Amino acid sequence: MIRNLYTRLVLIVIIAALAIWVDTSDEIRIFNPFNDAVLFARDVAVRLGLDLQGGLQVLLEADVPEGTEVDADNMETARTIVENRTNALGVSENLIQLAGDTRIVGEFPGAEDSDAILDIIQQTGLLEFVDTGDYRPEEGTILQTDYIVGSTEQTAPAATPTAVAPDSSTPTPAADGTQAQTVYHTIMSGRDLRSVNVGAGPRGGAAIDFTLSSEGADIFAKHTAANVNKILAITLDKRVISAPSIDGEIPSGQGQITGEFTPESANALAVQLRYGSLPIPLKVVETRIIGPTLGEDSLQKSLLAGMIGMIIVILFMGIYYRLPGLVADLSILFYAAIAFAIFKYFHFTLTLPGIAGFLLSTGAALDANILIFERLKEELRSGRNLTQAIDQGWTRAWSSIRDSNLSAIITSGILYIFGSAFGATIVKGFSLTLALGVIISLFTAIYVTRTLLVFVLRNFKPQNLQFWFGI
Amino acid sequence: MIDILSKRYLYFAISLLVIIPGLIILGVRGLPLSIDFTGGSLLEVKFAAGASLQNAELIQLYEDAGIDDAQVQTTESGTLMIRSSFLTNETRDTILNEMKSQSGGEVSVIRFDSVGPSIGAAVSSRAALAVAAAALAVVVYITFAFRKVPNAFRYGVCAIIAMIHDVAVVFSIAGFGAMLFDWQIDALFLTALLTVIGFSVQDKVVVFDRIRENSNVLRRLEYETLVNHSIVQTLQRSINTQLMTVEFLLLALALFGGITLQEFAVILLVGLFSGTYSSIFIAAPILVLWEKREWKNWFNRPATA
Repeated sequence: MIRNLYTRLVLIVIIAALAIWVDTSDEIRIFNPFNDAVLFARDVAVRLGLDLQGGLQVLLEADVPEGTEVDADNMETARTIVENRTNALGVSENLIQLAGDTRIVGEFPGAEDSDAILDIIQQTGLLEFVDTGDYRPEEGTILQTDYIVGSTEQTAPAATPTAVAPDSSTPTPAADGTQAQTVYHTIMSGRDLRSVNVGAGPRGGAAIDFTLSSEGADIFAKHTAANVNKILAITLDKRVISAPSIDGEIPSGQGQITGEFTPESANALAVQLRYGSLPIPLKVVETRIIGPTLGEDSLQKSLLAGMIGMIIVILFMGIYYRLPGLVADLSILFYAAIAFAIFKYFHFTLTLPGIAGFLLSTGAALDANILIFERLKEELRSGRNLTQAIDQGWTRAWSSIRDSNLSAIITSGILYIFGSAFGATIVKGFSLTLALGVIISLFTAIYVTRTLLVFVLRNFKPQNLQFWFGI
Repeated sequence: MIDILSKRYLYFAISLLVIIPGLIILGVRGLPLSIDFTGGSLLEVKFAAGASLQNAELIQLYEDAGIDDAQVQTTESGTLMIRSSFLTNETRDTILNEMKSQSGGEVSVIRFDSVGPSIGAAVSSRAALAVAAAALAVVVYITFAFRKVPNAFRYGVCAIIAMIHDVAVVFSIAGFGAMLFDWQIDALFLTALLTVIGFSVQDKVVVFDRIRENSNVLRRLEYETLVNHSIVQTLQRSINTQLMTVEFLLLALALFGGITLQEFAVILLVGLFSGTYSSIFIAAPILVLWEKREWKNWFNRPATA
């Protein structure tokens, strides 16, 4: 009935041991036995979804006029920038993903201050060095410049090195009211920065030290040489953060931005400058905040519910199907151990619907066993011996197990696609756990239950079939 | 052997009795779509003990911030849930600060969901697409899987009819839920619905598979007897899988699983039950009805078969 029974048993034991190892640790390491070097290490800590530990989820959408094509590369760049910026804020375990063509979904588990995160994400982070001639704008003034941020490559002609000639007709605003209309010339943008650091300012406050690329240094040197005593305003997203006057030529390409900085704000600005400006402006189209208490409460309750459900089901299987039922219970525990280990190993995020999906797939795992056992009982009743009945049970139940589980997998796939397009991570979590659960359950029902049952029957020959098989 | 099929018109009547009232409720009240589909905001807050605000005060507070469609609701756990049109993060902060200063105590945010109108519309159209795609995919699959059986197409169609039945039951429950517990149709509801569709087909496949197998072995039997035979043979499995295991797991989730999952669990519970019910009492009887072309007799004599 089963040939290499012991090979199968050994394989099952090894898989079970590996699964339990992953289940019970937060990080797994394999050492080289000769020199103790780490050969392999992987973080396998449980990742809890926002609905279980609280936090912030935002859906960002490219803020472009309707019908505009958004370049996929630009979206990816924007995603990376958002990721870098928020990581630098010190929020751990952020997850920033593209969702569809024009959206980015960001998840910040355990985030307390949602405003700080949203602010730093949304600022375009465009730094400009603007020639304002003799006019010294106040900090916070909004300047119109001739620099253009496009949704394609940034090749605004005004920003090219050739356009640096000092212009005698540099507009000088007459009154406050007309400032907004005056368009100033941008010498260069943050793209020419090579490195940015937070340093100490001249009066002891925080300041930002920057180094320019060689190209940028050239432009900077020429401009500063030709415009001594004029004002060079530094703007972030068109807002003046500092407006120093040029004391003399700066040939080194090194400089400092001073302003009213606290160490925190200097750091936040440095982060934005370091990771560049967003190629596409983003707007928040969806925000979800889950308080920590709601998450914790849900986790406890759903785990309890899952336990209760599992215990009842395990009791039922044992009582109703007797010996095969007990074997199925064992293989269900095995199933749960593997599934949980895979979730942990591949960093699936555990969400509430995910737990529900897992419970449902447990049902599917049992369904396969039940289909087989019902078949087994029928075959026994019709007078076959145990060996024949077991073979027939598995063979005959296979077509309906296959067909029925395939339809569940098809549905999960559609759910997954639907969830991905909208950053609906709860839907994704549910469909992933369901699909994976169904696949593992096929393996446990077809392979594990059968091997274990044959093994048990080989060592224990039940005489009273009525009692041990419940027929 | 139990004769299940002979009372088929009774089962159809029972199903209609479950489905129609719920759908009438939905028709009268309108679909209780959540902000996931319509766009809007949901703010759930908890006030410090003894420092709560009256509903009217909260609505006034929203109006001062330029939002004039706020609706306040007190939850079972004593928190306040306020639904309104889309709030920007700035408006939300203004409102929260006002709540703090007016109530004179801390206000903690339990939950805040805010969905822009464009997203809501996009989700709705995609959701409809997802349901349609799921339905189509399984029908194609069934027709393919049963291609060797005579009239394979009928099995696919019967699976669809039964699936529509299950979807109708789920919506009917949603209607009752909306009336009694203020349930809403949200992304989780949709997830539950799609799952019900998937598992509904799974159940049909198990029964159909038995018919497929029996039609090879028991060629001489009359079709009705053959189908009845197949149902009875799979009955134990249906009861054990659905009632004893899946439904127990979901019942545990509905009873102990916390408020967030309650609606989800109940809808799955009822939907999956309906999936099993419809395999036995809807899909299989329709197969027989189709084979016998019973509709020819419907208007000649009362349908009391």
